Amino acid sequence: MGKETDSSRHAFDRRLKQAMDRNNPDRAAQASAQGSDITTVGTVLRAGTEMVAGLVVGVAMGWGLDRWLGSRPVFLILFSLMGGAAGVLNVWRLVRPQDALEDKPDPSAGPER
Amino acid sequence: MAAGSTIDALGQFELHPVLGGLGEALRFSQSPLMMIVASVAVLAFLYIGMRPRAVVPGRLQAAAEICYDFIHNMAVDTIGPEGRAFFPFVFTLFFFILAGNYLGLLPFSFAFTSHVAVTVALALMVFVLSVIVSLKAQGAKFFAHFMPAGAPVALAPLLVPIEILSFLSRPVSLSIRLFANMVAGHVMLEMFAAFTIMLAGLGLIGDALAVGPVVINVALMALELLVGALQAYVFAILTCIYLREAVAH
Repeated sequence: MGKETDSSRHAFDRRLKQAMDRNNPDRAAQASAQGSDITTVGTVLRAGTEMVAGLVVGVAMGWGLDRWLGSRPVFLILFSLMGGAAGVLNVWRLVRPQDALEDKPDPSAGPER
Repeated sequence: MAAGSTIDALGQFELHPVLGGLGEALRFSQSPLMMIVASVAVLAFLYIGMRPRAVVPGRLQAAAEICYDFIHNMAVDTIGPEGRAFFPFVFTLFFFILAGNYLGLLPFSFAFTSHVAVTVALALMVFVLSVIVSLKAQGAKFFAHFMPAGAPVALAPLLVPIEILSFLSRPVSLSIRLFANMVAGHVMLEMFAAFTIMLAGLGLIGDALAVGPVVINVALMALELLVGALQAYVFAILTCIYLREAVAH
């Protein structure tokens, strides 16, 4: 018993985990994304407001710009569409599969995450 | 309140001066009163809990230590080593919101987190802090994040505004989520309480039927306990996520 068995078991565990990750790459991502139940529930509850928030900001900015520049519907239409897109982007950032390697920068990541 | 056949579900969110003439003069309503109560409750819990300073903690001390550990782990795991600097801020935010949500469930109490003015103030505080930290840690590189790397330059006029709107929507979603959850929960509690009173006015059959909304209200109270903790958790973890992006290079 003692150190040698322990360290060899650790090495085996590590190799086993690597092999499992190789076979099923999204399992590691899932495990880190769904760390605990409360995190999952929190994520689900976030999705709706994330979407609405983008739209709210877009509409508010469009309305404000129109009011300021007197160009009644132009910016409202433009910013509503872009706000909706921003809302979808928010939700996508929330639900997309997370990278297994946290430190590897995601090329599609903006300021968020 | 819900008297007779009308349901006044939103009346519970109105602010009134409290503490008699002094409150009247200072425009001091339930909301700041409950904020003070919440702050004092959290501080008292920590102070009384940690007073024994035992190596083997008692129940209250163990509870205080678990609370400390929970937020400390959240801050350090999410933000990284720099998270230690933001731990006091996240801790204060989490327990202020949690105490506000839970105190609001007590009878004759008031949930200050159900007012959008309060949640917007909290969310803006987080947002401004994260922007300041970003600018300090990343400098002008912070603005480069608004153009997704690898995207064609021709799409920049479309992508950059969307990224900016997405960034600006953070405080909005942060504040709306907390405020909407608290309002919805309290409105539901009020509605079912009003159903009980209305049914009880119908005589013998009504008395029997009135048990139903009471049972539902008990279940709703359990749900509200979950929602109260969850919303405080979500607010705190999002603060951590935003700060992580701020300190990351």
